[in-house]
Amino acid sequence: MTFTGWLTIFAFAVILTALALPLGRYMAAVYTGERTILDPLFRGPERWLYGLMRVDPDRAQDWKAYAKSLIIFSLAGWLLLFLILRTQTLWDWTGLNPQHFHSAPWNVTFNTTSSFLTNTNWQYYSGETTMSYFSQMAGLTVQNFLSAGVGIAVAVALIRGIIGRSGRSLGNFWVDLVRTILWVLTPIAFVVAIVLVFQGSIQNFSHYLNVGTIAHLPQQIAMGPVASQEAIKELGTNGGGFFNTNSAHPFENPTGFTNLLEMLTVLVIPAALIFMYGRMTSNRRQGYTIYAVVMFMFLCGAAVAYIAEAHGSPAQHAAGLHTQVIAGSTGGNLEGKEQRFGIAGSALFDVVTTVTSCGAVNSAIESFTGIGGAVPFANLSASEVIFGGVGTGLYSILLYVLLAVFIGGLMVGRTPEYLGKKIEAREIKLVSVGLLITPLFALFSTALATATKAGKASISSAAGISPGGFSESFYAYLSQANNNGSALAGYTGFIQPNAGSLGSHGITFADLLGGVTMMFARYAPILFALAVAGTLAGKRVSPAGLGTMRTDNGTFAVLLIGVIVLVGALTFFPALLLGPIVQGLTPHLY
Amino acid sequence: MKRDIVTSAIGILVLTLLCGIAYPLAVTGVSQVAFPGNANGQKVYVGGKLVGSKLIGQNFGTVVLGKNGKPEMQDGAPVTAPNPRYFQSRPSATVPPNNAAASTFSNLGPNSKATLTEIQGNIQTYISLNGKYYPGGLTAAKVPVDAADSSASGVDPDISVANADIQAHRIAAVRHLPMSDVMHLVSTYTGGRGLGFSGEPGVNVLELNLALDRTTPSA
Repeated sequence: MTFTGWLTIFAFAVILTALALPLGRYMAAVYTGERTILDPLFRGPERWLYGLMRVDPDRAQDWKAYAKSLIIFSLAGWLLLFLILRTQTLWDWTGLNPQHFHSAPWNVTFNTTSSFLTNTNWQYYSGETTMSYFSQMAGLTVQNFLSAGVGIAVAVALIRGIIGRSGRSLGNFWVDLVRTILWVLTPIAFVVAIVLVFQGSIQNFSHYLNVGTIAHLPQQIAMGPVASQEAIKELGTNGGGFFNTNSAHPFENPTGFTNLLEMLTVLVIPAALIFMYGRMTSNRRQGYTIYAVVMFMFLCGAAVAYIAEAHGSPAQHAAGLHTQVIAGSTGGNLEGKEQRFGIAGSALFDVVTTVTSCGAVNSAIESFTGIGGAVPFANLSASEVIFGGVGTGLYSILLYVLLAVFIGGLMVGRTPEYLGKKIEAREIKLVSVGLLITPLFALFSTALATATKAGKASISSAAGISPGGFSESFYAYLSQANNNGSALAGYTGFIQPNAGSLGSHGITFADLLGGVTMMFARYAPILFALAVAGTLAGKRVSPAGLGTMRTDNGTFAVLLIGVIVLVGALTFFPALLLGPIVQGLTPHLY
Repeated sequence: MKRDIVTSAIGILVLTLLCGIAYPLAVTGVSQVAFPGNANGQKVYVGGKLVGSKLIGQNFGTVVLGKNGKPEMQDGAPVTAPNPRYFQSRPSATVPPNNAAASTFSNLGPNSKATLTEIQGNIQTYISLNGKYYPGGLTAAKVPVDAADSSASGVDPDISVANADIQAHRIAAVRHLPMSDVMHLVSTYTGGRGLGFSGEPGVNVLELNLALDRTTPSA
């Protein structure tokens, strides 16, 4: 470990907070219809879009209407994406498929489509050997925007339910979606993309380069419109890399500076949404309390991962390597990590992208040490509430807040209230199912995949039948159920085409189980969150009395952490023991 | 219901044009005007011939010939051995090594015997290449981790400063250069950290080797 390494982690937290505070204020203005500095630029296009889409922006929707619009729009997005990916060669006339890649098989495409629609960006395909530039742009990039927009819309709707003074309106889905894309996602993504190119990311439509290296060997270098996709992939906490090795690839993440920029881009909206929540509830301390909780849990994870990775792996020590810091070398477990990021930059990136539902990687999680690798497991086990995905993180942690209020209320023997609204049986039933449905899918799918022959086919040969092999399967379904998308990348659902073999095929079991898991684990919690918003919206607000439990102080923060850890630990501890914890506690090699 | 279907159908098409066509084209337009070198991959030419990208690591090896005088093949690619005249990149898990058209992780776990075998092989290659030039000789304990562990992308353009310092002894001997000249080149091509703290310094191997060739042309 080095001073610079620790500085990276803490400087990151400070810069993030400094960026998220003003963005939270701006976003609160965007969703309450107040004036913002970008209004002159986007008011026109906004009205034009409503006209084109036949949307009446003043029409209020109750939770059922809001959910119906959301589901039908998602369905339309699924169909178009599936169609674009399956007809890849039909779009060759655009000149955006210079390598003439064929579509991936139907089962892989089913998985990919479900994956990008649900903000998961789980990738069974390898970008630079499968996808045309057209598919990457008009297919995948589009859903990077839209799935992020849908997530934020749900969070905004839930907030409106919580603060609603009367009636049942949660706002209008189309307005929330359009305003998110125009006012929030597009401008930030554009600026980040340009900075990425300035630092060395590529952005072109050229043929792959054929190079004769200075040692007289052939080398082919993949090209493409990388920066535009990279920016929104991080900003929307999507995580699907343009290239197979994602943000480890020098064209996606060329320098130590871009590594910092990309991490900030991932977390800035989830962090800002928490501050926005405080503003919209007219009680900023509510936001600060939640922010303190998630920032504390985030920093714990980052510290553990950094210490573990700096220590090195059992395999390194068995080979006689010294893994301490020496002059000119960062030491530590550098297997599957890039020199320019080092240990701290890789460990922090890993934590940033697994607390959110981003799932981008700048290093191979499979090669992380047992304990370092247990951190992403723990982050996923907390159901993506430590910042979480854009929107999904906020609505999920608000469900946890309601649960904590309920448990706290039971402890002190009073009717639980949150911001003046009574929390009753109906809300708690919806909250409980909403929170448990994701773990249920994760564990059920893992069980199926580890107990069946068809499931085992996806485990990488290097891991085989070992704790590592179990970890791969468990992580795969935990990641897909939480819509994260990072992978212990040995796990596969697609035998890729490569230089040696043209034959490629999908592993139907893994593709379908993964796709179904992602879809259910995304839309079921959304429906429950909207239903909670619907019942809360109609409730009367009673003034806070002496007996009201406060939800904006340290006591509540501790209670909230306790509830999150307890639910996550009780649900996942047995499974975690079988995989990463065994790997972390033994120097034994399998 | 019907209204939602119409709005969804129009919406997905319009937003595809906006986010999937207009946005990437706008980024491309601005990048190609403002930073054309970067946007096109920082190509490096020597004598008019494209020899690589500054950001993409290369395999600085020579093809190994079998007994019949033909290149030995493995996994559909010729087997290579490190060329002692060049600084060597980090181990790469792609096939062939440093394949920038099919990047991949090694995906070797921390507790896996396969990892041990791989690391031991990398250490052995490194010691047999550099050991006899390094004052006092090399042991596994002296090998920098970046020379023993595979990179993430498989095309890592950088090596650590410690790694470059060890290889510098070999380069100076093989190329008959004063050690101080080689060390000067190494420090010229060592990058810094982002904002002074983000990331680790690395030595760009391709740029360093190109500079070496300009000093003492390769045979």
